[in-house]
Amino acid sequence: MPGMSKPADDETLTRSGEGGAMWMKGADMVVEALRREQVEVIFGYPGGAVLPLYDALYQCGIRHVLTRHEQGAIHAAEGYARVTGKPGVVIATSGPGATNLVTGLADAMMDSIPLVAITGQVAKTVIGTDAFQETSIIGISTPITKHNYQIRHASEIPKVFKEAFHIANSGRKGPVLIDIPKDVSGEEAWFAYDDPPQLPGYQPTVVPHHMQIRKLMHGLQHAKRPVVLAGAGVLHARATEKLLAFVEKYQLPVVQTLLGLGSFPASHPLCLGMGGMHGSAAANKALYETDFLINLGARFDDRLTGKLEHFAPQAVVAHIDIDPAEIGKNVPTDIPVVGDVGEALSMMLSIDVPAPDAEAWREELLRVKRELPFWWVQDGKHIKPQRLISEIARITKGDVVVTTDVGQHQMWAAQFFPLNQPDRWVTSGGLGTMGFGLPAAIGAHFGQPDKLVVAILGDAGFQMTLQELAVIGEHQLPIKVVIVNNSALGMVRQWQELFHGERYSESLLPWQPDFVKLGEAYRIPSARVERDEDLTAALEAFLSEPGPGLLECVVDPNENVYPMVAPGTGIHQMVGVRP
Amino acid sequence: MTPVLSVLVHNKPGVLNRITALFMRKGFNIQSLTVCITENPEISRMTIVMSDMDEAALEQVIKQLHKQIDVLKVTDLTDQAMVARELALIRVSSPIAERAVIHSLIEPFRANIVDVGRETVTVQVTGDAEKIDALIALLRPYGIRELARTGLTALPREAASSADPKRAGEAQVLHI
Repeated sequence: MPGMSKPADDETLTRSGEGGAMWMKGADMVVEALRREQVEVIFGYPGGAVLPLYDALYQCGIRHVLTRHEQGAIHAAEGYARVTGKPGVVIATSGPGATNLVTGLADAMMDSIPLVAITGQVAKTVIGTDAFQETSIIGISTPITKHNYQIRHASEIPKVFKEAFHIANSGRKGPVLIDIPKDVSGEEAWFAYDDPPQLPGYQPTVVPHHMQIRKLMHGLQHAKRPVVLAGAGVLHARATEKLLAFVEKYQLPVVQTLLGLGSFPASHPLCLGMGGMHGSAAANKALYETDFLINLGARFDDRLTGKLEHFAPQAVVAHIDIDPAEIGKNVPTDIPVVGDVGEALSMMLSIDVPAPDAEAWREELLRVKRELPFWWVQDGKHIKPQRLISEIARITKGDVVVTTDVGQHQMWAAQFFPLNQPDRWVTSGGLGTMGFGLPAAIGAHFGQPDKLVVAILGDAGFQMTLQELAVIGEHQLPIKVVIVNNSALGMVRQWQELFHGERYSESLLPWQPDFVKLGEAYRIPSARVERDEDLTAALEAFLSEPGPGLLECVVDPNENVYPMVAPGTGIHQMVGVRP
Repeated sequence: MTPVLSVLVHNKPGVLNRITALFMRKGFNIQSLTVCITENPEISRMTIVMSDMDEAALEQVIKQLHKQIDVLKVTDLTDQAMVARELALIRVSSPIAERAVIHSLIEPFRANIVDVGRETVTVQVTGDAEKIDALIALLRPYGIRELARTGLTALPREAASSADPKRAGEAQVLHI
């Protein structure tokens, strides 16, 4: 508060100044800012540089979840953000605490997850002296955050927090880091939180240009082979109902990206499922043959497009994205639309054009969808991971939150777990972070405490962050941990089989810990299932039990993910579309 | 095409690092970069000369710059009329007997001698990059001992920005 001086000593700490401002200590200001942002849960881990902050958090009324590693805390914050649409909040100390956030920041940056990460820093007086637990987290995190701040005086705290939450959760969402030197926590200043953020360099375009929307609708009515590609932008914009209305109005086939799953009901007749490297035959046929592609908030990632020259080669491409830098980045775009997907869909719905004459196209795609579904072959011996996923979906009726790690099991979950609602799917897409699924499940639980959370993990990824079982055990959280154990880094093994002459360099894990004893060590009811005929009963018992559970499922170690678009080929060159 | 961008940024610590980190992350190569304060002390101007690139790549550079919270305005000066100047200091071997030759060489460039020693003289020259390259080439046979160049700093010409308001206002100046 410029112009306002420190109150006299006899005034109380919370005495109001001008415009409701309060005179407070830095650490208390942080807590107050979190309260004003209606933060309901913080994931974190204390340490030297955040001792004053943790002192202020003590009994402050905001729930704090202590993970067992800072990486666990930030992935939990991501999981929370994904199932709520609200920014996840994570706190770590300086130095190693801060560097342990790096993977999560990069993950959130890639997948546009709103996060506010608070790190402690050594005192201002010793910054730059290689003080104990000092690291330049601002320098480290600059390329992997949407923005970051180092606070130089407590008086900056309200402004910085207001801006950070605004930046994290608007425009193209993303992680924002706030670095707070230890001595700032003890400084006193005025706290006022009502002023809107002043950011002349940050004015995201939310409402698209109406001429572009008109151009899009004009193009649509003349299309013969239209397709909608639904990406994570639909979910970020919370626009699933508008998407459904638009698709049904014009009877358009829908392809989803990995991160767009849940944006359109999998059970809907017009849903072709996921496209891309391990997408469905119908989805990739649609993307290859379309003459009019409406991309709603997807970023044309290389795992979706395959070789670019074979991606939608005949199509007029309309791309709606809140980030103008995504438009034209990978795929040349004919109708660029900068703005929020929800706003765009509202405008598209308000313009009536004749529906495109695309019946034959639709029928053809639906025939392919019927005839070439995702498949597997039972061998009467092994548990097939695809059947495992299908059974989880059947038994739970899909009414759970699913988190995954990264690799084969992730692709099988994407293929075989039908997602019919938003906020039920938590996976690491862009960065492909092994170790994500378990801590993300913890965050997802705190975001949707009434829902059962099923964490579908590989045996390798699970072992990267398994210490977070302690959080599940300690609080007896209703999280079901499914370990899809193929004793390998399955996706690496698959690529070595297909592209490296079956030379399984460091991808096989014949030695495994006893996962059941591991679960039991964390006081989580745990079991193992190895025979296919026992699978259904084991899953039913596991999923119906209240509270946490761990089920190790020993699956066919040689199973591969198909269909597949081999690297460097086009999406029309799929292999393994049928058994 | 050698792109020249003029970028107005908040004059705050760390902003230069953000911009250079962005260029590194995206694999964009910088030929020269100057940063200086503007008429408003809270705002700095960066003049960035990039290595040759196609238009799509340049568009991506501009869009990425706009995404930075501390970037206020990006102007693409590449195809615009602009005033662009660079300063070079050239220390050239110059025995006393040859000094008159050096003088006569640099005179048409309106360059000055700003330091005189027993073995060398230091020439200061301002102009566009081509002019400075030309003078360096002329002096090279005499033995250039040391060379310092500031890199380009630039402003659009007033006539250019008013003559083609559409280009300056829409295509070249994006607000996000």
